Parts: sequence; structure tokens; C-alpha cells
Amino acid sequence: MTQNWPLWEVFVRSRRGLSHTHAGSLHAPDAEMALRNARDLYTRRGEGISIWVVPSAEITASSPDERDPFFAPSADKPYRHPTFYEIPEGVHHL
Amino acid sequence: MTGTDAVQSDGVQSDDVRPDVIPSAALTLGDDALILSHRLGEWAGHAPVLEEEVALANIALDLLGQARVLLSMAGDEDELAFLREERSFRNLQLVEQPNGDFAHTIARQLYFSFHQHELYAELAAGDGPFAPLAAKAVKETAYHRDHAEQWTLRLGDGTPESRARMRAALDALWKYTGEMFQPVDGVDGVDWAALEDRWLAAVGAVLERAGLTLPEGPRSGAWAAGAGRQGLHTESFGRLLAEMQHLHRSHPGASW
Amino acid sequence: MVAVTPETGQDSGLGADLGAQLAAAFDAAVAAEERVEPRDWMPEAYRASLVRQMAQHAHSEIIGMQPEANWITRAPSLRRKAILMAKVQDEAGHGLYLYSAAETLGTSRDELLDKLHSGKQKYSSIFNYPTLTWADVGAIGWLVDGAAITNQVPICRCSYGPYARAMVRICKEESFHQRQGFELLMALSKGTEAQHAMAQDAVNRWWWPSLMMFGPPDDESAHSAQSMAWRIKRHSNDELRQRFVDIAVPQAEALGLTLPDPDLKWNEERGHHDFGAIDWAEFWDVLKGNGPCNEQRIGQRRRAHEEGAWVREAAAAYAEKHSAHHAAQNAATNEEAGV
Repeated sequence: MTQNWPLWEVFVRSRRGLSHTHAGSLHAPDAEMALRNARDLYTRRGEGISIWVVPSAEITASSPDERDPFFAPSADKPYRHPTFYEIPEGVHHL
Repeated sequence: MTGTDAVQSDGVQSDDVRPDVIPSAALTLGDDALILSHRLGEWAGHAPVLEEEVALANIALDLLGQARVLLSMAGDEDELAFLREERSFRNLQLVEQPNGDFAHTIARQLYFSFHQHELYAELAAGDGPFAPLAAKAVKETAYHRDHAEQWTLRLGDGTPESRARMRAALDALWKYTGEMFQPVDGVDGVDWAALEDRWLAAVGAVLERAGLTLPEGPRSGAWAAGAGRQGLHTESFGRLLAEMQHLHRSHPGASW
Repeated sequence: MVAVTPETGQDSGLGADLGAQLAAAFDAAVAAEERVEPRDWMPEAYRASLVRQMAQHAHSEIIGMQPEANWITRAPSLRRKAILMAKVQDEAGHGLYLYSAAETLGTSRDELLDKLHSGKQKYSSIFNYPTLTWADVGAIGWLVDGAAITNQVPICRCSYGPYARAMVRICKEESFHQRQGFELLMALSKGTEAQHAMAQDAVNRWWWPSLMMFGPPDDESAHSAQSMAWRIKRHSNDELRQRFVDIAVPQAEALGLTLPDPDLKWNEERGHHDFGAIDWAEFWDVLKGNGPCNEQRIGQRRRAHEEGAWVREAAAAYAEKHSAHHAAQNAATNEEAGV
């Protein structure tokens, strides 16, 4: 039965120079078949040139309930962004 | 090889040249692709798992694409596909064999795709009339071969039931494999005996990894050897054509 | 931090106040067009409603393969055959996207398939009608896929992220489905007399069932109001149905085919087409299982699943053997290396 066919997450690189992005998921008995199924399912209109498959169970995700405490600290550090700094008019390439 | 070149390059026909040889060869290769694609198309809605619906359809579409190019080299693709009588089809008896269970379909894919891949790789490397098509198709056949291999491993080395089914399917289709290595008129520059050796070695290696062995028994029975290539087919083929052709034939001259 | 069971998001252990706070926060987020993602807290009814809708949608895609696959082996030209195979393949793919989206809510594809096979979950009733002629392939593409697209485009903005993302992909692919159907019918309509008659007959048979695809009238629709509030649904059944009729009428004219409704006419005042009464008795009857192909469709689906069981088991057994083999090899290597 397919309950023994684990779920895999599929990441596709659409062209050189871009990173792999999540395309969706599928079932496959093992990594080799997952890769092939992913090729058939997620690149049949020429959407990709490289595929990663990862067992869904192997992904560790941050908890949604922690999203405020987890991500809030990064919101109050505007000095990490270039727009924080004032540059006098007429100064270029900065 | 030299014969067809002569026609193309200087229009002078040497003694051994027949002008219909390229169309005839195109038809032969095209019929293989057309009929196998049709059989794979019968799986739609019946595959063992959704992912396999997508995979089988991809292979069927590749083959149909090849068939269209090849039949168009021989004439009008639809006239050739839908208006020829059974005895005019040149396809291998192997490709017309009914789907059977999934193991039979995979055994048929294993035998045919390993043959087609070897053949197209050779054609792609040459400079004959089929080189451009073969160069594109060989990428497809590499995938078909891989698909058949992956499933042969899983069925052969899966459960006792899958192993028994795969064994039975390999044996049942074995007698249709000899025909693949009968030289095809107009498909030049191919060393068919060497092709057969490579095929035996490659298929044998996959079967060994799957814990299986090459079937024993003849691959060239008096009836089966070269019969499809001469227009002699098996009984189920007539029904396949009846189904495939009936609508087109019911409306003579209509456009679709 | 809030103690919510991450797998199910159930708030059963929470105090009533906290539950109400979460529900209010959820409603506010959805109303503000924020997207809900799989591990977020969500009301149980929202989850159930989504699973029901996504499952029904996925089931419809894979049952919907059958009426069209019925014509793959008889397609009258190689070009049409390739198009039809690609289309039926897309439907398998769409089923896959949707089952995957449903799985993000913790319901496995196997569970959903079991519910389909046992009749506990429905698929779109339209697929319980037979495809009797080649023209039906065109009518399905033009009308059934047309109605489906009308229904589905708004779901690309559904509040549930995975469903919305699956729909974006599906809608992109669907537009080819509708066009090929229209083009197929156009060829028939402009073809021989017999072909034209075939096209008209198909449109006659598929028009009303296509209108029924939008579901019962708004005042009889059980799930509509809540689905709208949750931004799972964006427009009412009747609104979408009207939109579809208004789109289809000029297309039928371009095809040179007649829509089988004597009451169909432009209403200047409303700025829409009026159309005749839908036979809802037929709709409910087909939904209850008395359509022309209900048993056949579910029977074939079940058979494919059962006959494929040994294949799925074989691949699982192989994977297990070989992962055990790898693990043993790794252990041996580690031991040798003194790890």
C-alpha cells in the first residue's frame, strides 16, 4: 500500500543561476523513484533543469506558534538594511 | 548505406537501390513507436499508482512524437496510421502484445526500450536520414530504458508475488524478442548482430541485479521471427487496429 | 507561547478564553487576506471543510480522467491523440497536486482514496455522464473545463496557502484544456454535416450538466456562507454560474453551435443572460449515485487500485530491503573505520 510509500518534497531549479524552489510533493517508494516521479510530474512543461527530493519527514521546521518570538528580534535591527543610512545627494555608486 | 546516399546526392540509382527504401524504413520504425504508444495509452486511468499514470503517459507521448515524425517521412501520418490494413503494418509483434498486468508492460518496455535505445544511439551517431530524429529520440529512449530498469529491479526484487509475475512476463514475451535484430531494409549502417549482443548483455545485467535471469527458450520461432516486419501479426493486433481506426474510417475525407 | 498540538492544531486542551482568542485572531487574519499555512492554528471546522473540498477536487481530477481516456485509443488523428493523452496526463498530475495539498493538513492520500472508493467522499457529478462520441471530448474541454476554470480561478486566492498554490499551477495548465476542446469542436462544427451534428449533439448533452457543476442555488447551498467568510470560496454558486453562461454564449456563436436552452437571452437591464430553469432533480439524483456511469467510474477506480496493490507493495518491499542493506553497509563501514 502507498502508506509505505513516503511523502517527498520536490525542489526544482528552473534555470541556471537560480536556486531550487519548492514545487510540491509526491509519493515514492524510495529516493530514486521520487526523483523520476518528480521529473515526470513537475518538469513536464520544461519547468526545470535540476531537481532535489527530500523525504518530508526529514524536514525540520520552525514552529508557527513561535513565529513572533522566533522572528521578531530581526525586525528591530533596521541598521542591517541599506535604506537605514543617509547618503548626501550627489554621491553615487554607494 | 551507399545505396540511399547515391539517390540523395546525385540522383543516380545504382543497381541495388530502391527509391522506396527510406519511406519503408521510416514506416517500420514509425509503426513500432505508434503501436507501442497506443498500448501504453490504454493504461490511462488504470495505472497502479497516480505517479505511474504520469510516467506511462510521458513515455507514450514520446513514442507518439517519434511515430509522427517517422510516418511523415513516409507520407501522410494520418493516412498511414488510420487507413492501412493490418498486413501493411511493419511493427514488431512485441510492441503489439496486450498490456497484461503491470509486469507484462514492464517486461515489454524492458525488451523494447533497450533495443530502441541501442538502435537510435547508432543511428544518431551516423549521418543517415534518421540521424536527426534519432539524436532527439535517444534522449527519450534513455529515459524509457531507465524507467523499465527501475521497475524491473523493484518487481524482480520486491515481493514473492511481484517476482513470480515478472518472471512469467519475461518468459511470455521472450519469443518476440528475436525479431528486433532482423535487419531492416533502409536502416543502414547498423551492425545488427553486435546490437543483439549488446542488448543481451545489457538486459541480462539488469535482470541479474533484479535477481532474475534471461529467459531460456527460442527467440526466433518459425512464426515469430521477422513476422511483424513482414506484416504478419498476432490476433489481438486486428482488434487494436479496429479500435484505433474505426472513427477515422467512419468519416472518409473528414478533417479533425 | 501557546500550547497547541502542532500536528492537528487542536485546541482541545485550551481554556475557553484562549480558544476564543485564537479563533478571533484567525478570523481577523483571514479577513485581512493573510494566508493560512499548514502548521498554523486553525478552527477544526475550517480544516475539515478544506480537507473535504480539496479531496473532492482531487477525486474529481482522477475520476475525470476516465470519460476522456475512453477516447484515447480511438482519437481520429495522431495530433488529437497526442493532445488528448497529454490532457488526461495533466489530470492525473492535478489530482496529485491536490492530494499533496490535502496531505499538508495531516490526511494521507491513502485515507482519501479509501473514502473515495467506499463512497464516503464525492467527486464532481459531471463525470458520471458518458462520453458517447468523439465530440464529447471537445464538449468536456470547452464546457466542463470552462466551468471548472470559472470555479477555480478564484481559488487561486484561497485563504489556505497550499490549496491556493496548487490551484495557480492547475489553472495555468487548464487553459490549454479548454482551448483544445474549443478547437476540437470548431473543427467538427466546420467539418462535414455528420461532424457538425456530432458536435451539436455533444453540446446538447453537456450544457446542462455543466451548469450544474457550480452546485445548488445559493439559497440551498449547505457550505457556502461559511466558506465565503473563511475565504475558501470567493463568489457564490449562482454568481459563478452566471459568469460562465455570459462567457459561453458568444463562444457558442463563434462555434456555430446552439446552446440547448430556448429561454437563453440577453437581459439588457441586468447586463447578463437570462437562462432556463435547471433540472435540480436530475442533479440530486446523479449525486445520490443514480447517474448513468456512477458505478462504472468508481468500479474502474477501485479495480485499478486493487490490481495495482501488488505493484505498490513490491516497490515498498524493495525500498525497505535496500535501505536496510544500505544501513547494514554503513554500519559495517563505520565499524571498520572505528567510528
